[in-house]
Amino acid sequence: MTSITGSGGQAGRDLGPPVTSIGVIGWVRANLCNGWLNTVLTLAVLYLLWAILPPFFNWALLDGNWFTSSEQCKASDGACWSVITANIRFILFGFYPHDLQWRPLLAVVILIVLLFLSRNRRFWGRWLLYGWLLGLVAMGLLLKGGMFGLVAVDSDNWGGLPLTLLLAVFGLAAAYPFGVVLALGRQSQMPVIKAFCVVYIELIRGVPLISMLFMSSVVFPLFLPEGMTLNKILRAQVAIILFTAAYIAEVVRGGLQGMSRGQYEAAESLGLNYFQTMRLIILPQALKIVIPPSVSILISAFKDTSLVVIIALYDLLKTTQTTLTDPKWMGYSAEAYLFLALIYFLCCYAMSNYSRKLEKELDTGH
Amino acid sequence: MNSQQTAAQPNDDSPIIIIENMHKWYGQFHVLKDINIAVRRGERIVICGPSGSGKSTLIRCINRLEEHQRGRIIVDGIELTNDLKNIEKIRAEVGMVFQHFNLFPHLTILENLTLGPIWVRKTPRREAEENAMYYLEKVRIAEQARKYPGQLSGGQQQRVAIARSLCMKPNVMLFDEPTSALDPEMVKEVLEVMISLAQDGMTMLVVSHEMGFAKSVAHRVMFMDGGEILEQNTPEEFFTNPRHDRTKLFLSQILD
Repeated sequence: MTSITGSGGQAGRDLGPPVTSIGVIGWVRANLCNGWLNTVLTLAVLYLLWAILPPFFNWALLDGNWFTSSEQCKASDGACWSVITANIRFILFGFYPHDLQWRPLLAVVILIVLLFLSRNRRFWGRWLLYGWLLGLVAMGLLLKGGMFGLVAVDSDNWGGLPLTLLLAVFGLAAAYPFGVVLALGRQSQMPVIKAFCVVYIELIRGVPLISMLFMSSVVFPLFLPEGMTLNKILRAQVAIILFTAAYIAEVVRGGLQGMSRGQYEAAESLGLNYFQTMRLIILPQALKIVIPPSVSILISAFKDTSLVVIIALYDLLKTTQTTLTDPKWMGYSAEAYLFLALIYFLCCYAMSNYSRKLEKELDTGH
Repeated sequence: MNSQQTAAQPNDDSPIIIIENMHKWYGQFHVLKDINIAVRRGERIVICGPSGSGKSTLIRCINRLEEHQRGRIIVDGIELTNDLKNIEKIRAEVGMVFQHFNLFPHLTILENLTLGPIWVRKTPRREAEENAMYYLEKVRIAEQARKYPGQLSGGQQQRVAIARSLCMKPNVMLFDEPTSALDPEMVKEVLEVMISLAQDGMTMLVVSHEMGFAKSVAHRVMFMDGGEILEQNTPEEFFTNPRHDRTKLFLSQILD
């Protein structure tokens, strides 16, 4: 080996870098084959890929069945994507009345458009706020109906993607500010506020989300006066918000502790009051520091919304599982769960992607 | 600004800062002992002393970054108590420049300067920005207005910090070791700004070891040790004829 690379080192002659250290060959040598152990590992990984990928490719794509009946699927060796295409409306919209499913679809489209617009910080302003308010009213109206000639649909029939997105987006949107308030409260000089926040955070963090969902669906109604009911989705939503906020609070507290005393002093010496100091100086910096851990929490909270299956809400996971209990489509869980994983991945990847973009935009070089 | 220019010499009006029998403790530790100071309008005082002598704590008491436990502090006729409204009022009247600048790193230079006027003084944004540009010109850094603090050198950041305080049109400026964190070649540009401020007649309390600055602009130099003001005098007397042994020792160590 040294005889090859060594030829470039001859004194007094400018030969440029040796061919074997640049380009594709150079990269492969430097990263995959530097030493016998790495070479062996590289070969082993290549063999594994060769053993796994082509069969998977065959199964998923070449032999895949896309729009067939379940009988045709059974006769084939390939993947049965038909389980999804044949049941897509149930998976996405659950028990929402079949003829009215354009309504949740439109609601989801509105939500995605609004989220997409909100990605761009240049749009942040009054009009986007109006857009959200209008969008929220429209989404609620579309899902619930009962006005403007729209047939009312009971919320027990809501399900699938709209339900998952509803629980996630509003859960996270409400949990974040609530968590920030809790974090500030935990730092408060006022003993009562501080104690309340500490107890709340520690209590909630000490309890699994599942038990909170159970409590919201089973225990909480016992305390309500006779005849009074609170929507099941709303109760689950509140449980998710309360739960996520406690975790956000601790992350934000970490960011607050990372702020130097000097920033508080500089703000105070200008005569800013507590709220101005927090809003204008401390939180913008502290929240920026904790973008990565916050997004981790938001992503895991998003995925945790699937736990609402245990209180019999038909979110995306539950509708998929229900599809698989149909004797016609039993046994195609791999395909169905891959599809489900893809939807979850897209949402989570969008979040983490956005957080990186935000971090870059907010970087002011300090 | 006219009022500042006409008050180039200390006049004999009532003192702008009165500190009477002031004590401060950190837990059991007696940091400030029986401090008595009256600062006249337009007067410039340099406070020096070894580290840990309480000089920073003293000026930080004046805008209530530290709380005193006994005695009285009266700034421009307002006594410092626990009343938050009074504290905020005094803080808006008293500018403070820190050793580590403490600019707001997430805001541009211009935003750093307009923040106080807009939110505390309720100045319209346009006016606040014009005013900010005026002071940036004054500290000779206007071309950096759109940059962020992280892109500036230490000396530039400290000049911005001075301009930020000036934008609040303070009656008193406190400087807490403004040049101690700077590279030697940047000390001069900051001192020049402070000297020009002195020439405009600003009331200044400066904690500093810059004896050249003290000699050229101070009306009074104070020497602190162990939480007490051991000696105070005009700069001429203070440097040529120190009375206290502790002062002599300090001066011999610092001027060699």
